[in-house]
Amino acid sequence: MDTTQLKTIDIVKQGLERRYRAERRFRRMGLAAILISLAFLSFLFITIASKGYSAFVQTRIQLDIHFDPQIFTEGDIGAADYPRLVKASMAAMFPTVTGRTEKRQLYALISSGAAFQLRRMVLEDRALIGTRQSVWLPADDDVDMLVKGHLEWDGGRLTPAQVKWIEHLATQGQLEKKFNTTFFTAGDSREPELAGIWGAVSGSFFTLIVTLLLSFPIGVATAIYMQEFAPRNRWTDLIEVNINNLAAVPSIVFGLLGLAVFLNAFGLPRSAPLVGGLVLSLMTLPTIIIASRAALQAVPPSIRDAALSVGASKMQMIVHHVLPLALPGILTGTIIGMARALGETAPLLMIGMVAFIVDIPSGFLDPATALPVQIFLWADSPERAFVELTSAATLALLVFLIVMNGLAVLLRKKFERRW
Amino acid sequence: MKLAFQHKYSAPKDSKGDSLGRVDGKPAKTQEGMAPGQSPAPTVGTPYVDNPRVICRNVNVHYNEKHALREVSLDIANHQVIAMIGPSGCGKSTFIRCLNRMNDTIEGCRVTGDILLDDQNIYAKQVDVVPLRAQVGMVFQKPNPFPKSIYDNVAYGPKIHGLAGNRAELDEIVETSLQKAGLWAEVKDRLTHSGTSLSGGQQQRLCIARTIAVGPEVILMDEPCSALDPIATGKIEELIDELRRQYTIVIVTHSMQQAARVSQRTAYFHLGDLIEVGKTEQIFTTPRHRLTQDYITGRFG
Ligand SMILES: Nc1ncnc2c1ncn2[C@@H]1O[C@H](COP(=O)(O)OP(=O)(O)O)[C@@H](O)[C@H]1O
Ligand SMILES: [Mg+2]
Repeated sequence: MDTTQLKTIDIVKQGLERRYRAERRFRRMGLAAILISLAFLSFLFITIASKGYSAFVQTRIQLDIHFDPQIFTEGDIGAADYPRLVKASMAAMFPTVTGRTEKRQLYALISSGAAFQLRRMVLEDRALIGTRQSVWLPADDDVDMLVKGHLEWDGGRLTPAQVKWIEHLATQGQLEKKFNTTFFTAGDSREPELAGIWGAVSGSFFTLIVTLLLSFPIGVATAIYMQEFAPRNRWTDLIEVNINNLAAVPSIVFGLLGLAVFLNAFGLPRSAPLVGGLVLSLMTLPTIIIASRAALQAVPPSIRDAALSVGASKMQMIVHHVLPLALPGILTGTIIGMARALGETAPLLMIGMVAFIVDIPSGFLDPATALPVQIFLWADSPERAFVELTSAATLALLVFLIVMNGLAVLLRKKFERRW
Repeated sequence: MKLAFQHKYSAPKDSKGDSLGRVDGKPAKTQEGMAPGQSPAPTVGTPYVDNPRVICRNVNVHYNEKHALREVSLDIANHQVIAMIGPSGCGKSTFIRCLNRMNDTIEGCRVTGDILLDDQNIYAKQVDVVPLRAQVGMVFQKPNPFPKSIYDNVAYGPKIHGLAGNRAELDEIVETSLQKAGLWAEVKDRLTHSGTSLSGGQQQRLCIARTIAVGPEVILMDEPCSALDPIATGKIEELIDELRRQYTIVIVTHSMQQAARVSQRTAYFHLGDLIEVGKTEQIFTTPRHRLTQDYITGRFG
């Protein structure tokens, strides 16, 4: 009856075009998704980098400093009147400036940090006293902003006279943008030209050390116990559900917990990396446990059978065979958890790591802040110069994160084994 | 002691058991083709031998609610190869995994009944599985070398059991084990290469060498050739015949030709029941049970 009966191959061919179309559509969608996210990512990087890169240089003014022996007469040379050296030099350079207000405006071109720099120089080398030195000293942040073009040349906060002096210094070659070492070596400061990220980086370092030392061994041990030893029953199910829940708890809640437990109940010091590390450990532990369990579970059962069948005890099986194979996954999970901890701000706010701290922390109990908190603090500051510092610190944070994630990829490659 | 056990296990357990397995090997006539889910089918043939190496009595295995092995009673003779055959899912693997207690690792798996090795019930409370597994080695269906060097694969067992006093002794054990497994000539120049870099057949012989290195008395093999090509299979079969002189071997196989080639006794399982046990030639030439007959003539399987 049906004379036009189709052969299988014809039916297949009819549908073929439709199948390929679906595949092409899917591929295009995937590609588009990747392109869009790349576009957003590069937009982020470009805006941050374009705002932040100027912070890596800093305007400096060359002054001819006479280390006048007269001001060093009183015994303690550290307590000498260093600002006077700066002022004397400035006054000598602009002899026409006489009025008190004008003089004050002139001196304001140089950062208050200049005097500290001279003091450091003298304390390092007393032979400087009595000599004449040409020294590059940091300019005030307003000058810096003007030179970098972030302020109009009519000055904003600067008076016309100040702008004129700056132009004069520039034509004399006594004003230059130089690499900003302060940014990488100093702690926080109220003066943008004296502020740096080293204090925050050290704080983050000590905090993360505590986090790593606590969360890695505890997390891996928990994962091993739960995955390999614990019986499957209602209690372990309950614990598992709770660990998964903890991974999703907003981080500020951990901050509140830290405030209530570590600061109020245990009386640990505020703003200390130790407490920050404890709080971040609580936050990182679930991530490490979940990643480690997944890594342990992924080890093929045939390897376990092999070890057990030659008479390995359970612990030997785990330590000799399962753990080495699970290590790449465990390390990746740990580093991702640590990277998250490095970028975490909210819980640290709750335990006082948001304080204004000038000194570089040198231990786990020193008051400290962390890199993302420093960014938060600077983003909140009114001075124009802090805008570029904020972006530059964000760049530094991103670099650290990229390095850590790169390390995770490297470790995974290095330890990856085939079976 | 030995006699006591002989006595205990050759004694009739009930009036019906009297006519079943006896030490003298008199088979019992039974009705044919027990339906599954009912009382276990009595075993036909000669499940018992003189001077057995392993004695299994009334072994039952449950996976949670599933009754996977029912009332299996069987002796495994010393320095012989016994083959386990039967359709997929009939409980062959389940049975041999009882012999070194690998079933312990499966959650929800429950083993009852007695399995005696050296007059000791291996399921007794005080028995430690570590020495048991050193005594009863196992080779798996899929070759599973450790992702370590060939040397380390073989040396691992001796190392953890402290069988070698020093490096030279360990080298010695590794070499003899690889020789017994017929792999030495092929790998002696690349002992540091990864065990996973070998071919499938070589990997399986490496696994056999790893098992031998511990010095077991019984070797369990669960379809050791099912992932291998015919040439590699031939080598393993030769090897098994060689190993029989020193070890007692229990092999599960899907291939009846293989069972015929390598084994002296054959046990046929069907849906969790041990249907028939006997000398290999007898099972393949004159099976007594209709299910055995159907299976070996290829009517199902
Ligand atoms: N780990 C397990 N959990 C639950 N049931 C299992 C498990 N292993 C095997 N079984 C069941 O036990 C029966 C026997 O399995 P097995 O011994 O592997 O058979 P064979 O090796 O003869 O093919 C099968 O029905 C199988 O589904
Ligand atoms: Mg099987």
